[in-house]
Amino acid sequence: MAVAFREAFKQKDFVITAEVGPPKGTEIGEMVEHIDLLKDKVDGLNVTDNQSSVMRISSLAVCRMILDHGGEPILQLTCRDRNRLALQSELLSAWVLGVKNVLCLTGDYISVGDHPQAKPVFDLDSVQLLQTVCMLNQGKDQAGNEMQGGTDLFAGAVVTPEADPIEPQLLKFEKKLAAGAKFIQTQAIYDIDNFKRFMDRARREGVKIMAGIVLLVSAGMAKYMNKNVPGIFVPDDLVAELSEAPKGKRLEAGIRIAGRMIRQLREERVCDGVHIMAIGKEGVVPDILKAAE
Amino acid sequence: MIVAERKSLEQIEAMIEGMEKILVAGCGTCVAVCMAGGEKEVELLAAQLRMKAKKDGKERIVDEVTLTRQCDKEYLDQIAKYIDEYDVVISTACGAGVQFLAERYDGHLVLPALNTLFIGVAEGPGEWSQKCMACADCILDQTGGICPMTICAKNSLNGPCGGTNHGKCEVDDSKDCAWTLIYRRLEKLGRLDYMRKPQPPKDYSVMTKPRKHTHQAFTEAQQDEE
Repeated sequence: MAVAFREAFKQKDFVITAEVGPPKGTEIGEMVEHIDLLKDKVDGLNVTDNQSSVMRISSLAVCRMILDHGGEPILQLTCRDRNRLALQSELLSAWVLGVKNVLCLTGDYISVGDHPQAKPVFDLDSVQLLQTVCMLNQGKDQAGNEMQGGTDLFAGAVVTPEADPIEPQLLKFEKKLAAGAKFIQTQAIYDIDNFKRFMDRARREGVKIMAGIVLLVSAGMAKYMNKNVPGIFVPDDLVAELSEAPKGKRLEAGIRIAGRMIRQLREERVCDGVHIMAIGKEGVVPDILKAAE
Repeated sequence: MIVAERKSLEQIEAMIEGMEKILVAGCGTCVAVCMAGGEKEVELLAAQLRMKAKKDGKERIVDEVTLTRQCDKEYLDQIAKYIDEYDVVISTACGAGVQFLAERYDGHLVLPALNTLFIGVAEGPGEWSQKCMACADCILDQTGGICPMTICAKNSLNGPCGGTNHGKCEVDDSKDCAWTLIYRRLEKLGRLDYMRKPQPPKDYSVMTKPRKHTHQAFTEAQQDEE
């Protein structure tokens, strides 16, 4: 049985989670392989919620599967697809199914996904969702009604250290902490000096900050993200390192970069852990962890 | 004001298939200002409908009228005398005007010629943008006069999402990030403390459709009579 995610922060100086993306469709074989491969190598498996607004198996179903396989799941919950009733219902359901951690997000907009004509909900935003988790933890619902039994969810939120301008991002970050976020997962970071400057402003007593590590698989991917993904900045030297790697060795270069970053963050005690997003390449997460030793 | 755009001629033609006597009814208020359904646009649509019929060798009579407003009963009455002469009325008002006209003349077929877009402002010649979504509980006092319910695609009330992109929005990089705008405005006004205050979830109960509103003076007058 895995250690509870919140306990991991008490037991370790550096906590590691990895992302699991539920599949589109009912063929779950590969995902289950990844769960089995990673469950004992990381402190938590963080399950996306209709990631990039693409319809998939729900985060909650996969979280429960992770528990069945002996792992520690973190439920991602976005405000895009559910109103406040559905969000709270999902949180209560998660709790009774044994899921103890939730990452609260606003969610990507509908138009980036595969059902661009769907109705976007956004009844609550991420700060209000965190406040709602706080209420459920106190045995009350968002409307203030007493419930028969509450939750004790460990709530987290996200922040984008490379956001420009950073000040409004930091104001929202403060609100997320005030609303009860106990752990923070960042958008992918690649420039550690920049991240250190961010940490100087963000570090607080009682909140754990985990740096987001997205595995780079090619120079093309790095350039694509620089151009198209808000809040992600891959410095030129990393792009060069990937493009100089011989064909067939680029994934290795990406693993080496991710491992090196994790090692530096851990050795220099820059933050409290990392969250590894090996989008579509979950099978190489153990290699990243090895490269980080 | 209400901003609208006209449907394509093909769409309008498809609605009036087989109808011979047509009244195009314009609206002289919002949709006249946004050049979608005022007197000039009525004239243009009527001319297009006549030309199309002529080209196709069809019998068709198209007359024109533009009312001051289609959202006020007193103006709708103006066509009572002659509406029976027509098979159909094509309204170039917003969705509210079309419905009010159809309600007033419920024995007649009233069809919409426009798509109603939003409540907005004129940014420049021929260019309008949405500013208000009529949420019934205005918070502009706390957001530097910029509406996050409208300008933010996700109607986030507590600050920018992770999709904020150098002052632009992840949904469409031609659009500004509402929260970057709000931050800059509040900073300029020396009121950033407004942004630090957590905003509670929106009360959607006040937006339950269809909404009604009675002016206080009339409510009081009614009570006095009673």
